[in-house]
Amino acid sequence: MAKQTALYPVHASSGAKIVDFGGWDMPLHYGSQIEEHHKVRQGAGMFDVSHMTTVDVTGNEARKFLRYLLANDVAKLFLEGKALYSGMLNDDGGVVDDLIAYFRGPNNYRLVVNASTFEKDMAWLTDKASDFDVALDHRTGYTTLAVQGPTSREAAIRAMSEDCASAATELTPFSSVSCGDWFIARTGYTGEDGFEITVPDSDAEAFWYALIAEGVAPCGLGCRDTLRLEAGMNLYGSDMDETISPLEANMGWTVDLKDEDRDFIGKAAILAQKAAGVQQKLVGLVLEEKGVLRSHQRVIIPGIGEGVITSGSFSPTLKLGIAMARVPAATTETALVEIRKKEVPVKVIKPSFVRNGKQVF
Amino acid sequence: MSDIPSELKYSKEHEWVRIDDDGHAIVGITDHAQELLGDMVYVELPEVGTNVAVEDETGVVESVKAASDVYAPVSGEIIEVNEDLVDEPENINSQPYEGGWLYKVELANESDVDELLTADEYADLIADE
Repeated sequence: MAKQTALYPVHASSGAKIVDFGGWDMPLHYGSQIEEHHKVRQGAGMFDVSHMTTVDVTGNEARKFLRYLLANDVAKLFLEGKALYSGMLNDDGGVVDDLIAYFRGPNNYRLVVNASTFEKDMAWLTDKASDFDVALDHRTGYTTLAVQGPTSREAAIRAMSEDCASAATELTPFSSVSCGDWFIARTGYTGEDGFEITVPDSDAEAFWYALIAEGVAPCGLGCRDTLRLEAGMNLYGSDMDETISPLEANMGWTVDLKDEDRDFIGKAAILAQKAAGVQQKLVGLVLEEKGVLRSHQRVIIPGIGEGVITSGSFSPTLKLGIAMARVPAATTETALVEIRKKEVPVKVIKPSFVRNGKQVF
Repeated sequence: MSDIPSELKYSKEHEWVRIDDDGHAIVGITDHAQELLGDMVYVELPEVGTNVAVEDETGVVESVKAASDVYAPVSGEIIEVNEDLVDEPENINSQPYEGGWLYKVELANESDVDELLTADEYADLIADE
């Protein structure tokens, strides 16, 4: 029996095509995933992301615990509401999950982790927290809407109560605020500006329709994937997993080694990998002729070796096939991809394709 | 519930055939097929002048989700292809039986059309999927 978010009846009655995602019945699209993609890049779209897991971490050793749990360093967070993107590593330096941590006050943090890794993450967090004086609170009964696009913040602010509207207006990028039992973060998974707004389930339907009235378009998981890929954002389970270190997944910048006295899970493995030289890297691929790049396709780098596409799709903004691929570290600017038995040339770039609606390579 | 016009004939591979006033066969993919594949982004059409036999590969339709081969439902010579689809592949989604047509065939055997499924038979086929 699949899980459903509080807004499921709204999606079903809006003509959404429903698919399974990590055990949840979620909207893939509401008609056309390509049209929804353009709406986010050009105006405002919204995604029901209530399936993701929110865990509050509090207690005397909350900060100490997170400095041990996460590869990025929460000690950098001192402004109330500030967010941090990090991987949570295992002892081998592999990524258990990626997440965002919000600093809500001294020893008071909110973590948002992936939906598909819920059971694994809860078991991991509970186990690792057992050595610390912390409390973990998995929050349920809440709906989160990601409202994204160049006009999304104004639309969301108009749809909110006055109190929340003024709090949201003050938000700087990658920061958050609470107003009553609403939680508003200026974060997202699309490469556009926007908010991720968490409300009690009882407020969800009214807020959804208020956003519709402000011109925000319902958007499904289909375009969520093409948007995040264009923006060069990793998808856990595809671009990295427990066998891949952040250094091999374009996440080196999220590993904070500045405080040499800070130990965190996986640190020794990361240091060893750096000392030995990282063998693989995550790159972007662009197919400049007709076609779509797809996950698991073989990548051939003549004279150097082989790799694999970790996330592939079609970029509606660029109208080209794009992908992320894990390839040998020595790969330079070109490669070949095996597509239906033909070897097709692709351009190799950093894994970032579109920012603020424009091509960045 | 997908659209299955009663005056057309259908293949098991989800192609439809309409006979036009000149007796030529117009071929496309069904509403059911376009719904399964999702938003189309590229179409590879066969070359005009090609002679095809039933079930020969005659091009590819590619969506964000998957690439799908198109098989000839009838045999004959390809006399025209729908060039509009090069720039507007989404016509296959919005008008699978009209603006989304793929190619036109001068029939080698009129009896090929009789071998195809009726609308009811196609409806039964996809009901079982």
